[in-house]
Amino acid sequence: MVRAFSLKGIILHALLFFGLLLSLFPFFWMIVMATNDTSAVYTVPPTFTFGSELMNNISEVFASTNFLNSFKNTVFVTVVATFFKLFFASLAGFVFAKYDFRGKNFLFFFLLATMMIPSQLSLVPNFIVMDTLGWLGDFKALIIPDLASAFGIFLIRQYSEEAIHNDLMDAGVMDGCNNFRLYWHIALPIMRPMLAFFGMVTFMGVWQDYLWPLIVMTNPEKYTLMIELAQLKSLYSIDYALVMTGSLLATLPLIIVFLLFSKQFIAGIADGAVKS
Amino acid sequence: MKFGHIGTENEQTFGHKSTSAIKDIIKDRTLYLFISPFYLTFLVFGLFPIIFSIYLSLHSWDGIGEMTFVGLDNFAYLFEDSVFWGAIGNTFIIWIMSVIPSIVFGLIVANLINSPITKFKDFFKVAYFLPNVTATVAVAIIFSSVFSTNYGVANFFLETIGLDRVPWLTNSLGIKVVIALMVIWASVGYNTILYLAGLQRIPKELYEAAAMDGANSFQVFTKITLPLMRPIILFTVIMSTISGLQVFTEPQVLAEGRPIQGSITIVLYLYEQAFSFNSFGYGAALSWVLFFIILAVSIINWKIFNKKNKGGRI
Repeated sequence: MVRAFSLKGIILHALLFFGLLLSLFPFFWMIVMATNDTSAVYTVPPTFTFGSELMNNISEVFASTNFLNSFKNTVFVTVVATFFKLFFASLAGFVFAKYDFRGKNFLFFFLLATMMIPSQLSLVPNFIVMDTLGWLGDFKALIIPDLASAFGIFLIRQYSEEAIHNDLMDAGVMDGCNNFRLYWHIALPIMRPMLAFFGMVTFMGVWQDYLWPLIVMTNPEKYTLMIELAQLKSLYSIDYALVMTGSLLATLPLIIVFLLFSKQFIAGIADGAVKS
Repeated sequence: MKFGHIGTENEQTFGHKSTSAIKDIIKDRTLYLFISPFYLTFLVFGLFPIIFSIYLSLHSWDGIGEMTFVGLDNFAYLFEDSVFWGAIGNTFIIWIMSVIPSIVFGLIVANLINSPITKFKDFFKVAYFLPNVTATVAVAIIFSSVFSTNYGVANFFLETIGLDRVPWLTNSLGIKVVIALMVIWASVGYNTILYLAGLQRIPKELYEAAAMDGANSFQVFTKITLPLMRPIILFTVIMSTISGLQVFTEPQVLAEGRPIQGSITIVLYLYEQAFSFNSFGYGAALSWVLFFIILAVSIINWKIFNKKNKGGRI
C-alpha cells in the first residue's frame, strides 16, 4: 500500500492545488466583483472578499439593461436548437448505422467532408442569404442553418453501430414496425447516453455562440445573452460590478449543467479523443 | 432493407444488380427522408454560400448598390494590405504563445492526476475542466478586468513584487499575451482530459518493466509516456491549430469594437471588413485566404504526424 502522506504525495497535491488556484481564480474574481459595489473595485489594494451586494447588482442589471429579455431569447434559441439537432442527428445517425441503401457510402463520406470546411467561409454569403430570406434579426437565422449537425450524425452513428443489436432490429421488423417506429421505440432508448452527451455539447455551444448571432441579430429585442453581455461591457465599461454580475448570470447555466453531468461529459470528451 | 451489413457485401451487390436503382430508392424512400435534413440545410446554407462567396470575392460590393466585377483585384489588394499581414502575424503569434503552454501544462496536470497516490481525482478533473465550459465572452470580460492597467489584479501583484505596471490591454504585445492566456486557461483542462484518457491506455506492464530496469521518472516519461502519447498530442495540436487560427471572440470583446493593431486577428479583420465597412467582396476574398491558410497548416501538421510515425518504433 502507498502511504497517503508521503513527501511525494504532499508535493504532488500541493502542485495540483496550486494549478487549481490559477484555474479557478477568474471565477473567484468574477464572484468577488459581482458581490461588491463598483467602488470596491477601484481600491488599492483590490478587494479580495465576497461582498453582500449581489442582489442589488442583479436588480440593477435587470433594471438598466435588456438582460432579462436576452436571457429569455437565449433559453428559447438554445432549447429549440438543441431539440431539433438531437432529433435530426439521431434520426440520420441511426439510418447510417443500421441500414444499407444506395449511395450510403458516398453520402456519408460527403457528410464527413463538410466537417472540414471552416464556418468562416460561408459567413459573408450566409449573411446575404439571411438578408434575402428576410431572416435578419429573427431567431430562424440562429436555428435553421445549423439544424442538422454533421458532427452529431457522426457521433450517433459511431455509437449506434454497436450499441443497437441487429437481433433487436429484426425482432422489431417481425413485429411490423416501420422505419420510424424502429427508430422511436428501439433506437432512441438505446442511444440515450450519446444523446445526453451530444445534447450537452450542443446546449453549451448554442448558449455561448457569439460571432454568428453578432452578425445576424440586428434587432436589439432579439439579442442573445452573449451579445447583450458584450454590449454591457462596452456601455458600462467602468461599472465593473454590473458587468461582472451579468457575466456571472450568463455563465451560471453553463456551469450548472456541466457540474450536474460532469462525469458523463468528461467521459464523452475523453472517449471521442481516444477513438479518433 | 438489411441489418448487420458486415460480412454481407456480396449479397448486397447481387441485390443491387437484380433491381433497378430507381426501384431501390423508392423502396428505401423513408431512409432518404430521414437523412435529408442535413443535405437540404447544407445545400442552402453551406454549398450555395461557398459557391456564392467565390463569385463575391471577384466583385466589389457594398451590399446595397450594384456589384462590379473586379477580377482578382481583391486578392491582389490583400498583398499590399498591411493590416491584413499584421492580422496574420498577430494570429500566428497568439497561436504559438498559447499552443505550447496548453500542451505542456496539460501533460503536467494529466500526469499529476494520473499518479496512483493522487486523491480526489474526479474533483481535480472537474475543477480543471471548468474553464473550458465557460462562455468566452464572459472570460474576456473577466480577463479585461484582471489585466486593466490601473486597478487590475495582475498589475497589483506585479507592483507587490516590485515590478512596474504593464499596460496590458493597450500594448501590442501585452494584449496578445492576455489573449493567449485566455486560450491557455480555457484549453489546459480540455487537454488534460484527453491526455488522461491516453495515459490510462498505456499498459501498466510497460511501467513495471521500466521500474525493474531501474529507470527514473524522467526516463519513464521521455521513453515510454511521450512516445505512446504522440498521436493524442498531435490530435490536440491539430484541434488547437484550427481553433487558434479562427480566434475572434477574445480580441473582439477585449477591444470593444475598436481593435488595436496589436490584437486584430484574421477573423476579426474579416468581420470588420465585411460587417463594419460593408466590403462584402473583400470579406469573401479574406475568408478564402483563411480557408487556404487553415488547409495548408493542417496538411503540414498531417505531414509531420506521418513522418514521425514512419520513423518511430511504436
